[in-house]
Amino acid sequence: MSAAQLTAPAEHGRTYWMLADCWNIVRRGLTHYRRQPVNIAWQLGFPILSVLLYGYVFGSAMTVPGGGDYKDFLMPGMFVMTMAFGFINTATVVVYDSTKGVIDRFRSMPMASSAVVAGRGVTDLVVACAELAIMMLTALAMGWRPDGGWGFLAAFGLLLWLRFALIWIGVWLGLLVPNPEAAGGLFAVAFPLTMISSIFVAPQLMPDWLGWVAAWNPISSTAAAARDLFGTPVGGGDSWVEQHALLMAGVWPLVLTAVFLPLAVRRFQKLSR
Amino acid sequence: MNDGYAVRAEGLEKRYGEKRALDGFDLAVREGTVHGLLGPNGAGKTTAVRILSTLIRLDGGRATVAGLDVTRRAREVRARIGLTGQYAAVDEVLTGRQNLEMFGRLFHLGGERAKARAVELLERFDLADAADKGVGGYSGGMRRRLDLAASMILAPAVLFLDEPTTGLDPRSRGEVWDSVRALVADGTTVLLTTQYLEEADKLASRITVIDQGRAIADDSPDGLKNLVGGDRIEVVVAERSDIPRAVKVVARVAEGEPESDDTELRVHAPVTDRVAALTEVARTLQDEGVRVEDLGLRRPSLDDVFLRLTGHRTEKEAAA
Ligand SMILES: Nc1ncnc2c1ncn2[C@@H]1O[C@H](COP(=O)(O)OP(=O)(O)OP(=O)(O)O)[C@@H](O)[C@H]1O
Ligand SMILES: [Mg+2]
Repeated sequence: MSAAQLTAPAEHGRTYWMLADCWNIVRRGLTHYRRQPVNIAWQLGFPILSVLLYGYVFGSAMTVPGGGDYKDFLMPGMFVMTMAFGFINTATVVVYDSTKGVIDRFRSMPMASSAVVAGRGVTDLVVACAELAIMMLTALAMGWRPDGGWGFLAAFGLLLWLRFALIWIGVWLGLLVPNPEAAGGLFAVAFPLTMISSIFVAPQLMPDWLGWVAAWNPISSTAAAARDLFGTPVGGGDSWVEQHALLMAGVWPLVLTAVFLPLAVRRFQKLSR
Repeated sequence: MNDGYAVRAEGLEKRYGEKRALDGFDLAVREGTVHGLLGPNGAGKTTAVRILSTLIRLDGGRATVAGLDVTRRAREVRARIGLTGQYAAVDEVLTGRQNLEMFGRLFHLGGERAKARAVELLERFDLADAADKGVGGYSGGMRRRLDLAASMILAPAVLFLDEPTTGLDPRSRGEVWDSVRALVADGTTVLLTTQYLEEADKLASRITVIDQGRAIADDSPDGLKNLVGGDRIEVVVAERSDIPRAVKVVARVAEGEPESDDTELRVHAPVTDRVAALTEVARTLQDEGVRVEDLGLRRPSLDDVFLRLTGHRTEKEAAA
């Protein structure tokens, strides 16, 4: 092609290109999954395995305070856990791109640099939808019976809302850690943080202080709210935060976003120091 | 507006804490040329390239690329440059073709043109056979070539290459050099940083030597070599006892005092009229019956230049 043919057309405005750039980054992220189906298997393998393990192995031994089926307690918890661990995926991709110079290449191009981060976020949400769908099918196959309808959709939305908030923690951490190997270490931090919550065990069954921490864990609110909305409100506690799970499932991600979105943006801008 | 210069930098400064990565760096790159930026590890080459390609902000001085101020008109600059950083910045998971198409779309070429351009570049960089393989399986040379191709999607007015051949084997290095030459033939201006003196000598028509954040020389490769004293005539004799006679013969054509090396049996001196000096010395030595092992002219290498300018050797030599 001649040089004249290769000059970028100017017939579209900024917003158009911002959206187009964002879509192209999303397309890249999704192509990654298409080219590496093994990665999806890994990413889904863990939660599915957990569903099977906790459901069948511990299921009979676990009790839910106030009665009720442990499956109804566990499944929404597993969905939340998958959303929660998602920030590690976000961070891994970001740290990889920034250390390999891919983000620098993007930044040296005439594209909207905000699309780099926005595109990542949209990709993660699309993947989260797929993860939730597959996990819910597994759960249904194991005999989980939620209510359908608006409650179900609202629960789905709250799960994505949590995942959305965690994108910013992921981007921030991805730009903070020095190399992809270090990103692997995030799992060691994330695991206990998700354990001390109402995902697997109701906080009332824990020692007092631990139960208190678990109840106030942001992901506990989403789990409790999801159980309500799925029509299986089992294992709820009496504390204020547990009584207002629905409210807090909306508030917590908002707070996380308000804190970590600016931090992530600051970190991104700091790249040009 | 840019009076024949594709890149201009005046008094560039960049500080990292106490460290002055650039400390009053000047540079002027003529349009349509390959300009070498030569310096040892930590000299400030990458920092200079990152400022000129709008990746980092400068702390002082000013710079224009393609006539546009890099600070105030960064976005316009980005539409006119290509950048190949020190590490190949391509997507390892995607195929070569998917990489080029993605970057093409992000350069706002639109889907159709991005596709066509990818085909063109894959062909040109000899990657057509591997086009649909994942980049993760590419060799270092292929990855570099793909990286170069990606930085040439828009046929940029100015291309920045930061050590494009570091870590490549000689064959891949040659391939990269050929691509750079082809680009310049099409009118692109190239700023190339390198630690390989040979590379600057081979590709660049002008070289800026950078050390400790400052340009310490700016000349053509030949001009730099002349700085160290131009050509030298060199005689190696068979017998040590012949050295004094050889010194006398060489002195007759030399510009300065001949130097001799008793262990290598070598006599050498700077000369200006190369061929005349060589013929004269050859004939006289034969007339006098001096047995000669070797006789020739030697151009100083850029390594000599480097040592002379910086007072220290390049890292590579120091390691050797
Ligand atoms: N982000 C940074 N933070 C702190 N110091 C930095 C940073 N970037 C560069 N420096 C310092 O600035 C100096 C110049 O670095 P630069 O990377 O520009 O050198 P270089 O000539 O490209 O070296 P090399 O040949 O090793 O690539 C070095 O001393 C380096 O340690
Ligand atoms: Mg460098």
